[in-house]
This record gives sequence, C-alpha cells and structure tokens, in this order.
Amino acid sequence: MYVAFFKITLIFYLLGTISYLLFLVFSKPTLARVGRYLVGLGFLSHCLILSMRYVQAGHTPVVNLHESLSFFSWAVVGFFLLLRYRYQVDVLGAFVTPLALLLFIWAAVLPKEIFPLHPTLKSYWLPIHVTFAFLGNAIFAIAFCSGVIYLMQEYLVKSKRVGALSRRLPSLDALDGINARSLTIGFPLMTLGILTGAVWADYAWGAYWSWDPKETWSLITWLIYAALLHQRLMVGWRGKKAAIMAIVGFGAVLFTFLGVNLLMEGLHSYSQWVK
Amino acid sequence: MNDLLLVGLNYRTAPLEIREKISFSEKGLDQYLHALQQVSGVNEGMILSTCNRVEIYAATANPEESGGKIKDFIARQHHVPSKSFGDMLYVLHGKDVVRHVLRVASSLDSMVVGEPQILGQIKEAYQTAHSNRTTGLVLNKLMRTALSVAKKVRSETSIGNRAVSVSFVAVELAKRIFGDLAEREVLIVGAGEMCELAGQHLVRGGIRKVLVTNRTWERAIELAERFHGEAVPFTDLSSALLRVDIVLSSTGSPDFILRKKEVGTIIKTRKNRPLFFIDVAVPRDIDPRVNTVDNVYLYDIDDLQEVAEANLKGRQQEAQKAEAIVSVEVEKFCRWSQSQNVIPVIVSLKDRFEGIREKELQKTLAALPGLSDKEKNALENLTAASKRFKEE
Repeated sequence: MYVAFFKITLIFYLLGTISYLLFLVFSKPTLARVGRYLVGLGFLSHCLILSMRYVQAGHTPVVNLHESLSFFSWAVVGFFLLLRYRYQVDVLGAFVTPLALLLFIWAAVLPKEIFPLHPTLKSYWLPIHVTFAFLGNAIFAIAFCSGVIYLMQEYLVKSKRVGALSRRLPSLDALDGINARSLTIGFPLMTLGILTGAVWADYAWGAYWSWDPKETWSLITWLIYAALLHQRLMVGWRGKKAAIMAIVGFGAVLFTFLGVNLLMEGLHSYSQWVK
Repeated sequence: MNDLLLVGLNYRTAPLEIREKISFSEKGLDQYLHALQQVSGVNEGMILSTCNRVEIYAATANPEESGGKIKDFIARQHHVPSKSFGDMLYVLHGKDVVRHVLRVASSLDSMVVGEPQILGQIKEAYQTAHSNRTTGLVLNKLMRTALSVAKKVRSETSIGNRAVSVSFVAVELAKRIFGDLAEREVLIVGAGEMCELAGQHLVRGGIRKVLVTNRTWERAIELAERFHGEAVPFTDLSSALLRVDIVLSSTGSPDFILRKKEVGTIIKTRKNRPLFFIDVAVPRDIDPRVNTVDNVYLYDIDDLQEVAEANLKGRQQEAQKAEAIVSVEVEKFCRWSQSQNVIPVIVSLKDRFEGIREKELQKTLAALPGLSDKEKNALENLTAASKRFKEE
C-alpha cells in the first residue's frame, strides 16, 4: 500500500511538473491550471503517505533520509500551493515543482523499511523540532526558486532581451515580494526550529548546544538569513542582492540538511540515514 | 433566406478627409439605422463607424440592387455626392462578408494588427443595432460568431499582447519591472510630443500620478494640467527623483542631464527602490552607463524601437495563426447559412403538396357522389398517407 501510494504520488507530481514546464514553454493558462490540479492531487496522496507512515511507524516520519526527503518535498509542495492563492504567479510552479519532484524521487528510491526508533529520539520534541525546521526549509526553497527567476528576469530586462521568455516570467516586483515574504515567514520558523532543538538537546543530551556539525551548520544558515533580513530591513537591500542571498542561503539549507548527514559524523547522524 | 451584403470603406481605400465626411456619429446612429432599414431590399442592417472604417452590414433579398442603394443611402445621409467616395467603396457578398467581418473583429484588418479597441467598437455597433431591432436572424448569428471568434483568436494566439509602438513598449516594460502600476508615479522631464504620448499610455496603464518638470515653468504647468498631475520646478529634479518610480525624459539638452554618479547616490537614498528611466530624447538625456546601477533600468529610444520591431515580427506570425482560425469559422458559418436556406424550401414544398392533395381530393369526391361518410374518410386517409411519405 505504502509503496503503491508512493507511485501514485510520483505520477501526479511528474505529470504536474511536465504540465508546468509546458506552461513555461507555451504560455497557455490551461497548462498551469492542469499542473496545479495534478500537483494538488499528488499533494493529497502525499498527505496519505505521511499519515500511513505515522500510523505504521508510531512516530513522526522524519527520522531517516527517506522520510525526511519525503516530508521536505511535501512541505515544499504545500507551501507552493498556499502561495499560489496569494500571488498568482504560476510560472513559479515550473521551478518549484521540479525541485519538489527531485526530492520526492530521491525519497522514493531510498529503502523504506521502518527501524526501531533510536531511544534519544523518543520525545514529543521530535515532531515539533523537525516540523519547524522543515517548514522553514520549504519556504526557503521557494525563496530560492523565486531568486533564480528574479536573476533571469533582471538579466533579460537589463540586457534588453525582453522577448518571449521575459514576457512569461513574473514582474521583478512580484518576485522580490516573494523573497521578502518568504524571509519574514521562513526566518521565524527556522529560528523556532533551532530553539526547540536546543531545548530538546538539553533534555536528551544534557546541553543546549554542543557544536555538533548539524548545529554549527544550522547556525551558519541562520546567520546568512539573519544578515539578509537585516540588510533588507535596515539598509534597504532588495532585488538582485536579495535574490543572490536567497540562493546562497538555500545552498546552506541543503548542506545543513543533506551534506552534514551524508558527509559528517555527529550527534544528529542516527543509524539508518543512508543505506 | 437573405444574402449578406457589405458596403464600406476603410483606411486603406479612403483618406481621412473622406472617412470623416461619411462617418456616422454615435449620437445619430439610431436614426441612421432606421433610415437604413427603409432602403428597399434591406431586411437587416447595422453600421460600424470608427475612425479607421465605415462599414454597413446588411441582410438583403436582392444583393445586386441593394449595393447601389446603400451607396446612395450613404451619400444622402451625409449630403455628399456619391461620386466623391464611390471608387473607394468595397462591396462584398455572402461568404466574403463573413470572412471580412470575422477578420475585422479579430483585429486582423486593423491598421495596427492586434489592437484591441476594434472588438469593443464592433460590440457597441451591434448592441445599438440590436436594441433598435434592425438586426435579425442572419446578422445576429454573424455578430455572435464574430465576437466569439475574436475572443478565440485573443486566447489562442498572442496577437494582442505584444506592444508594437514605442510608447506602448515603455508601458509593458514598466509592468515587467513594477508589476501593477497603480501605486507608481511617473516624472516627465521636458515636454516633447513623445513624452506626452508615452505619458498618456502610462496613465491608461493605470499609473497613479504624473509629475511634470520643465525648464520653462509655464510649459510644465500646462502639461501637468493635461494629465491632472503636478508641476515640479526644474531645480527640484533630484528630490523628485526620490519620489517617483518611472522617469520619462525628452529635453532638448545637448548634454546628459543625469549621470551614473548622481543616479547611484539617488538610488542609495531611495533605499534601492527601483527606478525605470525611459529616455526618448535625441541627443540622449541620460548617460547610458546609468543602466549598470543596481535596481536602475534605462531604455533609450533605440532600445524601445528594437523591442517594438521584434514584437511586430512576432505579431505577424501570430496573425497567420489567427487567419487559420478565421478560415475554419467562415466555413462553419457558411454551413449554418446553407442549412438555413434549405428549411424554407422544405416548408414550401410541403405546403404545395398539401394544396395539390386537397384539390385532387375535392375533385375526386365531387366526381363520386353517393359515397358514405365512412368511404369518404377512407379516401381522405388514403391520400393523407402520401403526406407521411413526403415527411419521411
């Protein structure tokens, strides 16, 4: 059942992504609508996957790489669908859905067995800490995509190549607006993720902060976004610089999430991360 | 069934002096329409009169004759001799009318192909005729087809969303930078004609406010009034640049009036809020290196012209797609029209058969006196059976 639903979700996401990419090429509003419905259906089926896993495993399904990737892509898709209501920028879908699809495919090919939960993870803090962290990450993923589109559109307008591609992309103002909004929502979530992590660490390991690689890299990531937020609010950074920072910041997010676990040993690397 | 007839002239066949002379004013349109219906042979009629074309659509029983009569009608209404415009008129029949009307509504026959106004003008002309009850089955069907085809062309081709004039390109670019223009302000520097035109486009594009500055203060006030805007002294240029989002510049200055360094300072003070410079002056007003400042975008007249030309090429490609759509719809309309032609024929055939049957029956009954009612009924039923055959 679990695997079957993974396949169904995968098909919906794949078709939705294709539809969005075709929308980018042909600029037919119907394609974006179809893409949205497909991704929406995929999201519903993805919700089922997470609930099934929760019931089967008996804990929030975010303790190995397979589960984390699945949860991450779920959050990205969820935020994208939410954002679509507010901003109506369909083109963003052509960038966000491929990213979510990649994360999901990666989750799909990893072993899916449920291992007994590591004793230190048995806590109410697990869902709280991880949910905050991943919701923050998902929003930053969207800021990353809008940053990439911003740089494309900015380049096109500056270099006066304002033809078909530029016509399809959202306005610079809209893209910068998404950057600002993602930051004001994502940053508090990320901060909460780190704070709840520290509190939980005190319970579980007896210290709020132990400079374990995951902690160090989250701090680096946090500092990047803090700097961006500060520059936006105080100095009036916007546009290109903010877009580049959102891209760099998401690089740090990915490294904190994946790089640290795949490349480094530390308190956060539990047994079944990579198999 | 009435045949379609079109009599008209447009910007291609007639110069402006003639078009103004025979244009039908909106105010008198009701009377014109009623007068048109009085023209013998004209059963349905409507009048489309824009600055680029004057066209009369009619459904008539006798197209050959009505063509000339409509021409006289135009001459009579405007008190001009029909000779003065007769050569410029085109007269179309049947299928050619359908194709022409669909092309006009889809903006394929416009001076600027793809311009959106014509659709609204046709809609209005049709509504006026419809409310005056001068249209009927044929013109109603034609107009509804034309409006839906125009919509289809707009949604299935990108013929309408490419800016092909320099000032319209400027508006498009402003939207690509700022999105919605409702919260934006524009500063017009200098008072060239080009600026005024682009300013009008921006106002139509929804811009919130127009500021005008000029070395001659009176001229600034004059132009500001025209836009219901605000005149700013030329010495306050820098402070105005802190406030506005778009700058339209066209002064007669031989030198740059704005350089990179100044703009760099301004953008810092603006906390990087973007600025869009549109420099339509020749020689240029704004140092081209200004474009390298972050969050500043500069387009000069050549840049705008290049974009407009590229768009025009794209629009021509889209026009071909649109022509294909129109062709399909013309065929559809003609099939409908033929089916309408067949119905009255069937009805009249039926009536004639019934007449003959009735007559023959009476003759037979008269020749056979002494038949009982039952026998008469049997005969009646027998002959009526032939009716069923005809119906089948």
